[in-house]
Amino acid sequence: MNPLLKSIFSANFVFATLRVTTPILFPAIGVAITSLSGSVNIALEGIMLVSAFTGVVVSAFTGSLWLALIFGILAGVGMAALLGYFHLNLKADIIIAAIALNMFASGITVFLTYIFAHDKGTTSSLKSLVFPSVKIPIIDKIPVIGRMFSGLNILTYVALISVIVFYYIVYKTPLGLRIRAVGQNPDAAESVGVDVKKVKMYSLLLSGFFGALGGLYLSMGYVSWFSRDMTAGRGFIAIAAASIGGNLPLGTFFGSLLFGIVNTLAIFLATLKVPSELIQMIPYVTTVLVLAVYAIQKSVRSGGEE
Amino acid sequence: MKIEKFILKYFDMIRTIIAVLIGVMVSVLVIYIISKSPGHSLMYFLTGPFMTRGRIGNLLETATPILFGGLAVSVPFQASQFNVGQEGAIYLGAALGTAFALSFHFPAFMYAVVVLAFAGLIGAGWGYIPGILKAKWKVDELVSSLMMNYVAYFLGLYMINYHFRDKSAGFLVSYELPHPVWLKQFIPGTRIHLGIILAVVFAFLVYYFLYHTKLGYEIRMTGFNLHFAKYGGINTFKVIVLSQVIGGFIAGVGGMVEVMGIHHRFNWQMSPGYGWDGVVVAIIGHNHPLLIILASLFLAYLRVGGQVMNLLSDVPSEMVTVIESIIILLITAEAFLSQWKYRITVKQAALKEVSDESAT
Amino acid sequence: MDTILSIRNIVKVYPNGVVANKGISFDIEKNTIHALVGENGAGKTTLMKILFGIEKPQEGKIIYKGKEVHFKSPLDAIHNGIGMVHQHLMLAPDLTVAENLTLGIEPRKWKVFLDTKKAVDIAKRVSEEFGMEVPLEKRVRDLPIGIRQRVEILKALLRNAELLILDEPTAVLTPQETEVLFKTLFDLKKHGKTIIFISHKLKEVKAIADRVTVIRDGKVIATEDAGNLTEHEIAELMVGREIRFERIPPSPKVGAPLLKVKNIRYRNKENVEVLKGVSFEVRSGEILGVAGVEGNGQTELVEILTGLRKADEGSIVINGEEVIGKTPREIREKGVSHIPEDRMKNGVAENAKIKENLIVDRYYKNPFSKGMFVDWKFITKYSAKLMKDFNVLATSPDALVSSLSGGNIQKVVVARELSMNPSVIIADQPVRGIDVGSEELVHRLLKEARDKGSAIFLVSADLDEVLELSSRIIVIYNGEIVARFDDVEGLTGKDLGPYMLGVKREA
Repeated sequence: MNPLLKSIFSANFVFATLRVTTPILFPAIGVAITSLSGSVNIALEGIMLVSAFTGVVVSAFTGSLWLALIFGILAGVGMAALLGYFHLNLKADIIIAAIALNMFASGITVFLTYIFAHDKGTTSSLKSLVFPSVKIPIIDKIPVIGRMFSGLNILTYVALISVIVFYYIVYKTPLGLRIRAVGQNPDAAESVGVDVKKVKMYSLLLSGFFGALGGLYLSMGYVSWFSRDMTAGRGFIAIAAASIGGNLPLGTFFGSLLFGIVNTLAIFLATLKVPSELIQMIPYVTTVLVLAVYAIQKSVRSGGEE
Repeated sequence: MKIEKFILKYFDMIRTIIAVLIGVMVSVLVIYIISKSPGHSLMYFLTGPFMTRGRIGNLLETATPILFGGLAVSVPFQASQFNVGQEGAIYLGAALGTAFALSFHFPAFMYAVVVLAFAGLIGAGWGYIPGILKAKWKVDELVSSLMMNYVAYFLGLYMINYHFRDKSAGFLVSYELPHPVWLKQFIPGTRIHLGIILAVVFAFLVYYFLYHTKLGYEIRMTGFNLHFAKYGGINTFKVIVLSQVIGGFIAGVGGMVEVMGIHHRFNWQMSPGYGWDGVVVAIIGHNHPLLIILASLFLAYLRVGGQVMNLLSDVPSEMVTVIESIIILLITAEAFLSQWKYRITVKQAALKEVSDESAT
Repeated sequence: MDTILSIRNIVKVYPNGVVANKGISFDIEKNTIHALVGENGAGKTTLMKILFGIEKPQEGKIIYKGKEVHFKSPLDAIHNGIGMVHQHLMLAPDLTVAENLTLGIEPRKWKVFLDTKKAVDIAKRVSEEFGMEVPLEKRVRDLPIGIRQRVEILKALLRNAELLILDEPTAVLTPQETEVLFKTLFDLKKHGKTIIFISHKLKEVKAIADRVTVIRDGKVIATEDAGNLTEHEIAELMVGREIRFERIPPSPKVGAPLLKVKNIRYRNKENVEVLKGVSFEVRSGEILGVAGVEGNGQTELVEILTGLRKADEGSIVINGEEVIGKTPREIREKGVSHIPEDRMKNGVAENAKIKENLIVDRYYKNPFSKGMFVDWKFITKYSAKLMKDFNVLATSPDALVSSLSGGNIQKVVVARELSMNPSVIIADQPVRGIDVGSEELVHRLLKEARDKGSAIFLVSADLDEVLELSSRIIVIYNGEIVARFDDVEGLTGKDLGPYMLGVKREA
């Protein structure tokens, strides 16, 4: 047990956890922003996928990291805009439309992977770029802390900063205020002239932006290629993470961190006899329990109205 | 204007067909753009599934689990319960069903039935959890069932990998199921197994259940208008729970049927996706079991056509997934073609005014 | 005295043919509190919707501050200085008062960020200017309704409203909060504002209004200085009309009480006591009519009687058995039928077939079901007959309810509810929004049911209906029964009006 405990409470563990949390935190922020505006966005899975793919291909063909970033973000925001268009303008059910878009993303990314890389599984034949890791100057020299927090991929730092950006957008800008107002009482917003459709569309576009960053991290940081369905359900886990965190910035961060810790634990515990599958189950079971507890105490408080 | 009256009456159906046609047209377009020999590719895509006996067999065997998935989705959807946990119920039903079959022995004549019933019960339990959480405490069944899918996946994987793994095989798979549990493949040259007959039987059973039994009526009325159902005396708590339990049961059976008919051992390291396919065909089939049969065949047709095209020409089969998603989007966009419907409605109303007036 | 608002000959016809405003004309002087009174359906809500840009009139004009105006939307009206405080408050519960006040016109820092300090300052300024204290940094959901309403008023004032419309503002307030509101309104008057005060509570109208306009049946009956009319006179103007109805012949036989209600008490989610100890009886062969303006507890009472809501206290005995706390099905099995107030919400499933709607309360019984199977062949034939008997005009029992007109939908509901010879019938606004022909049919059917021995509990905001059909009448006001009339001979709306409006009550 000892060597294992040692490794869990080691700096490596923190480092690994931050790496793993990044692609969960980004989409979770996206889910949270949309939820605050009153809609459920389950299309982060597809958004991340198209961004992951686009970044890889653009970087391979243009040799430019910046272009990859820009187009990757455009792809994600574009998917979100599609969802917004179908739901807000064409009155499609947002859940079903999101399911359809996830399917679309899965299919088209593999389809185009084949076209560009002549392989259905991955794009590893392409010379795509990666976002660099960054050594933070002073922190790097500090013994334990340096090992934990320095040398992570730049996008991981962006993710952490995104939590603060999320906070600022939602609580310190007029758009954020309107998003929250629309989510709480759309009629109240209408009554003062706020365009509810526009606000909801903006919140979807923002979620596309953050989701895109998550996707780009996956294919250009976590690993350096795109492979089919590489998001592996992170877009759905993000829903749970944001839910646990009450859709608030800090809560979403901790919710994502929870999943990051558990996933990392699984990797570390693989050395032990505990089956990784059982460990990986924990976040999902936890979510269901948390949702249940939250609902139970809400119904008890309102006195069991009909 | 008899045509317009006809259009109005079957508007939903017509809209669905138009959506499907648009999807197919898009696929044709894509093939023309991508393929070096579009004519051939198109031919493989559209006629491939019928080219050989084996291919037709592929079509039917592919349709089987999709049909089970669609039926499993239709029951909760008819009650307006957005439970998408069929994916997990299929997986866990198959995994634990395999474990069960490998652990206990029954006389040959009932072996398969008992195993299927067990798999169904597992699925039923899986549907129960989101159901009771929704009925009692209003927990959103979409999120809870999505989470349960993952729990099911890891649980099933754990059971098979750690307790029933066939170490002699190259991959991570379970031991082979005893022969009496296999569903017989009865058409030589194909892998068509008894499961497809079971699937169709289930479709008819679900149809009769939803449209001819008391509980089915309660489910549908609750789905139409929860307030109305309560007001009329229906026990909507029971409906919310049971609709998801029944859906889960069908899913569990469907997963095990696939294992027993095609693979003869549990070998799904990834979840096969029949639950999501089920959502697709349930939407195309408007949650009606008999239409879902058609929708499943259609989806299977697209899939197999895509596979043939993928094999024999240069267009990837994933194009099919893209087409499916376009069709779904068009179907769910209520505003799609709604202007057309509105214009016809107004015209019909005006005509009625005129004829009423001339009658008086 | 300046006239700030002139309403000239407003006519409004809704697409379903109902004429809500039949040429309304009156003037509002600047700097006054002008009360608008009238029953539900009299047309005042429609008029205010037109004024606030939500609806367009067919004829007539509105002259505001000397200019003719046509507001295209609420925002348009707001920009022109008209503010409305709706009955259902339009605030975002988790935002603070200051945030709600500045929503849509948020002050900015460096163009992109919210200047929260400035928002609080702006809010503070307007609150101090009008002497209306509000806790600026508290969340709206933590505030009592009286304060929330104040926030709504400030919201309008912040946007420079000169004309404030308050729709039934005291409906949700305690007496103390009402006093505070009145003081506020007087202060606003001193600040040069003009107020339109819509209310049913005549005591309050007398307390604060300078002028009163009484609307009845879409027309203005009178516009007077409030001081020149007593509450009684206002009440009479509101409800008095020529006797247009024919009272149905009295019941052949009145028997024992089939529905006995004692001391029902109920507090709603906002902790307001909606029912304060309601008791009554309905006997076999009689129709007990409940007169009262909507919103005095009738809806909740009906839901409690039919099992859709739980009372806090009290007893309901039907056919000798206590049914309080029982489920809707259990109550229906005791022989109770319910014609609901909102037929689209409760009465039908509009996307289902007519025949499916007709059997929701009996599908599980023989002969509609045999074992676990539903006998659709029988049900189709049964439905066809039912539709014929109740004159439901549709292509077939398989037609969807959504294809029917309002009157026919109500006939479907009535067909279902009256066809099993119920002992107790609870009819809530049974002819609301339907054509005259269907209305006559429904009334005839209720009379026939009464003659066959049913006990009918009739709730209606339509006084004509209550007077036409009832064997006995009780009046509900503010959750209490304030009057009982066992002898209805010669009773008119003028007699009932004062009780309905809280002006009078029985000792």
